[in-house]
Amino acid sequence: MHKIFAAALVAAVTTVCAGGAQAQTGLLAQIKARGNLICGVGPGLAGFGIPDAQGNWSGLDVDLCRAISAAVFNDPSKVKYIPLSSKDRFTALQSGEVDLLSRNTTWTMSRDTSLGLNFAGVNYYDGQGFLVRKKLGVDSALKLAGASVCTQQGTTTELNLADYFRANNMKYEVVAFGTADETIKAYESGRCDAFTTDASGLYAERLKLSVPADHIVLPEIISKEPLGPVVRHGDDNWLDVVKWTHNAMLNAEELGITKANADEMLKSDNPEIKRLVGTEGKFGEAIGLPNDWAYRIVKHVGNYGESFEKNVGSNSLLKIARGQNALWTKGGLQYAPPIR
Amino acid sequence: MSTIPIETAKPGRGSLFYDPRIRGYVYQILLIAVVGFLIWSAASNAIENLRAQKIASGLGFWNNAAGFDVNQKLIPFSASGSTYGQAFYVGLLNTLLVASIGIVLSTFLGFFVGVARLSHNWVLAKLAMIYVEVIRNLPLLLQLFFWYNAVLKPLPDARNSIELPGSIFLNNRGLILPNPQFAPAFQAVVIAFFIAVVAAIVIYRWSKKQQARTGRQYPNGLITFGLIIGAPLLVYFAAGQPLSFDLPQQGRFNLTGGLQIFPEFVALLIGLTTYTAGFIAEVVRAGILAVSRGQTEAAYALGLRPGPTLKLVVIPQAMRVIIPPLTSNYLNLTKNSSLAVAIGYPDLVQVFTGTVLNQTGQAVEVVAITMAVYLTISLVTSLFMNIYNKRMALVER
Amino acid sequence: MTDATLENARYAFVRRETLEQEAAPLTVAGPLAWIRNNLFSSPLNALLTLACLYVVVTSVPSLVQFYFIDAVWSGTNRDACLADKVGRPVGACWAYIADRFQYFIYGSYPIQQRWRVNIVFAMFALGVVWLLWERAPLKKVGAFFFFVLLPIGAYVLLLGGDNAESFLRFLILLTFGLALLYLILSFVPSLARFWVGPALLAVEKAAPPWQRFHRPKRLILLAMVVFGLIAMLANSAGLPRVDTGLWGGMMVTFLIAAVGIVFSLPLGVILALGRRSKLPAIQLLSVIFIEFVRGVPLITVLFMANTMLPLFVPQEYSPDRLLRPLIGVALFAAAYMAEVIRGGLQAIPKGQYEGAMSLGLGYWQMMRLIILPQALRIVIPGIVNTFIGLFKDTTLVTIVGIFDFLRTIEATLVDPTWATPTTRATGYAFAAIFYFLCCWGMSRYSIAVEKRLAAGQKR
Repeated sequence: MHKIFAAALVAAVTTVCAGGAQAQTGLLAQIKARGNLICGVGPGLAGFGIPDAQGNWSGLDVDLCRAISAAVFNDPSKVKYIPLSSKDRFTALQSGEVDLLSRNTTWTMSRDTSLGLNFAGVNYYDGQGFLVRKKLGVDSALKLAGASVCTQQGTTTELNLADYFRANNMKYEVVAFGTADETIKAYESGRCDAFTTDASGLYAERLKLSVPADHIVLPEIISKEPLGPVVRHGDDNWLDVVKWTHNAMLNAEELGITKANADEMLKSDNPEIKRLVGTEGKFGEAIGLPNDWAYRIVKHVGNYGESFEKNVGSNSLLKIARGQNALWTKGGLQYAPPIR
Repeated sequence: MSTIPIETAKPGRGSLFYDPRIRGYVYQILLIAVVGFLIWSAASNAIENLRAQKIASGLGFWNNAAGFDVNQKLIPFSASGSTYGQAFYVGLLNTLLVASIGIVLSTFLGFFVGVARLSHNWVLAKLAMIYVEVIRNLPLLLQLFFWYNAVLKPLPDARNSIELPGSIFLNNRGLILPNPQFAPAFQAVVIAFFIAVVAAIVIYRWSKKQQARTGRQYPNGLITFGLIIGAPLLVYFAAGQPLSFDLPQQGRFNLTGGLQIFPEFVALLIGLTTYTAGFIAEVVRAGILAVSRGQTEAAYALGLRPGPTLKLVVIPQAMRVIIPPLTSNYLNLTKNSSLAVAIGYPDLVQVFTGTVLNQTGQAVEVVAITMAVYLTISLVTSLFMNIYNKRMALVER
Repeated sequence: MTDATLENARYAFVRRETLEQEAAPLTVAGPLAWIRNNLFSSPLNALLTLACLYVVVTSVPSLVQFYFIDAVWSGTNRDACLADKVGRPVGACWAYIADRFQYFIYGSYPIQQRWRVNIVFAMFALGVVWLLWERAPLKKVGAFFFFVLLPIGAYVLLLGGDNAESFLRFLILLTFGLALLYLILSFVPSLARFWVGPALLAVEKAAPPWQRFHRPKRLILLAMVVFGLIAMLANSAGLPRVDTGLWGGMMVTFLIAAVGIVFSLPLGVILALGRRSKLPAIQLLSVIFIEFVRGVPLITVLFMANTMLPLFVPQEYSPDRLLRPLIGVALFAAAYMAEVIRGGLQAIPKGQYEGAMSLGLGYWQMMRLIILPQALRIVIPGIVNTFIGLFKDTTLVTIVGIFDFLRTIEATLVDPTWATPTTRATGYAFAAIFYFLCCWGMSRYSIAVEKRLAAGQKR
């Protein structure tokens, strides 16, 4: 009996909620037909994806969603944001609940291969670090032997932590929590000596502490955490759209195209710029978008550097240095294949 | 007066349709068909979705290396070399640990509060009532948050621990006790303990028989107590005190050494115990009230004092009423221990449905195994309690 | 010989008048005796009393001090509640509750749209009072309002958007169609003979047109009024879609509780009937479901709803994130409700069943007209108790990431704007007061009903 009701309930409400069945065509076509992009974001990490009091999302990861929306709809606001905890982000993507995941997700081999996901690039090179109280007098992660460390469960953080302490032959006590909020709360109350997560997250979470200046981020980065947008396996066209949206933002920065000068650049004679803004070639059509797709992105959202500085860099509260995330031309790792 | 023609019963048009037996079959077949279809479609959808999403299925993950650590573990477990299967047992044992201690403590507290509510002592009765009302009307999760975040976390940090007599330290990392180190000779003490228990049981039986035959009473309580405590103690000293303690030392961050009881465990235990005790108290009160007043009065008339009246007349009868709801409260406590996930105690749900599910991504298997574990615990407990209940039940003539 | 009386007593030392009755000695009656008998009747008792008094004396004044005397009642950020900024010991920081009050009620629901939530709250309150207040008229219409109109109205109002609005238009057309049908039937009752038995039809025909088929008419009228009002609001103010991700606070807590009760009660009735059915397949399936659900913790059911439900349906029908725990909670509560209702069914004397059958009623008629009305009446306290449990269990959705009331409290605790040493104690106290008032109120109601029912049973 119950099954009938469950099914009826599911069917009845979801038909209304999901707006009816969609044809099994490419995701890009579905998104165009639906009129918005459904983007899985973090539940609130300052600088990367966080809603303000009015429910408007902003952040580096959110800008990627906005850029895709700009490329597809010529309007960066046609995005529906679904906040996902780290525990159920993959199931949400796998089940088709979101079109892409843009929320501090580390690119690892097992996620890329056995979870049925594809990583579309790296929009932030991160690494795991430690946050400790200044008054402990610790200046290196190697001096953390015997410490209690708070971490969030179900993340690579938990695994890296175990590896690091094992590799350095140090004892420690792990205290794992389900959400980032509970973890930082436990750290602040003194349950742990150190709090560990990706360095970017440490800077963002530090803002949540009552006296951020009492805490420091230790210099050691104990893992490689390339963070990037993720899509489902099996729709290569959609993967291309996401990948090249990110690449377009990087190329725009490299070529000096900004939100402010995007219109002027339409008149540029530089062939590289012409190909990017769509005045030469039909690069947009190849991925099912209009040819001025990259121009739309820069016009509405800005290039990668602008997005970085606005959300996490010098113009933000986080004040993270570009570091590894500088362009390859400036000694960083951000390198986009050319558009040609 | 005209006669009304009465139609004699004859098979009507739809007799087959209206036959309740046939209808019953049709309903059942329909229901089975519908349920079968739903299960089949859910299964085929799941297989389809899993294949489409390239999620692995099956229990292959069970023997894969876990790679994460757990702070409280009753069996050896480490990030290097332990498997997800071992993580499962770590979680399961932690669940069973907190549930079993919680059941014992909540029974004591619950009986005390239940009897206190019926006490003639006005202050005590009112306090017990307030306790029961407050505890029962607040969500357990809120109570756990309260114990963990509002009571245990504000304790002093590890460098300023509260030092209790006997090298016991209390801080916001938990309660650190001296860790007993057993020398091999300690086995003798354990053996002595078991011998004492067996002896106590034998003596108890014998004295009961004697009492039934001659009416003479023996101080059973004292004898049992003396045997069970005294014998191991004697052997302990005879064997040259084969027990030493590893005392906690102040380390760089934490106290090192010693036996650490984690605050997550304590918070969960306090929360579960006080919460369940509120319900057990009501069960006990209802049970005692269910014993008719005449029983007590008759006992008094026979000259029994209040203590023996309660022990020999009221409680045995009340137990019949108390046991079934008591069982379901024990089961509730076990099931409620899964709220551990909210305060970071590594129980089955936290370790297995939390970390392992996330690391492997195999939701169906992990959730199904977790449910099966709780279901088994429930069914086994119900089974034992039913057997016990049958033995206790009133045998009517 | 005369009788010896006081008047004619011969001895001077015999008192001639009756003495006034004296008050009982202090040790037998009066407050002192009461204290002696109730508080210090034995050494153990005295010890217990002293211990209890010690607990009261140490805890109550400091609680009062913390939550009232030293409390801060107004302020805009944490400076108002920091002892060194204010220059006095600071207790509870009620200013924080006042500042975040809207968030606790509505979560992140857009501010301009919150009137919609308020209307749903009002409808909910109306429905609850209608059903629970003993003397309220037209209970069946009330039940229709609570179990049918309220869920539909809440869905349309809270979610909004194009789908909800077209659904509303469809419902309005439907009700108008039904109204028309009944209007026609009122004047041409013979049309109803296809589905109304001849005896009933004769009764209806005898009545004047405006009184024919009066029961369904009331329901349709009420539906027209409710849907009409919602449509008017929608037309004047618009109902833009508000995604469930923005819902939060008490609104979600009440929503989960309401969905739980609205779905679990009918489901519970069906499961209870199924369990008592004589058809083995139906009985077996009901027993399996009930025992399975009652044997596992709610958290695992929620995890299952959250992670497995999307796998069990085709991808394009993947249920909304809020809908999943709702389904989980409803199914979970249904199993417990079924056991309560089964108790009621078992308590109905066999004679009632036999009487109904001897009148020639079929199974469903017997249940609907004879058994269930009696059975449900006697288990009202049990239903309310299950509901209290359900209400407390709504907090568990926190764990699968739904912003219920408790979660909104937790979320504000990490906000540095109000990070003070006393914020946490204040937040938990506020949550405790909210849950206590709701649950305690319900349990008082259940006890009152129990007493009323017991009074009816007395001879």
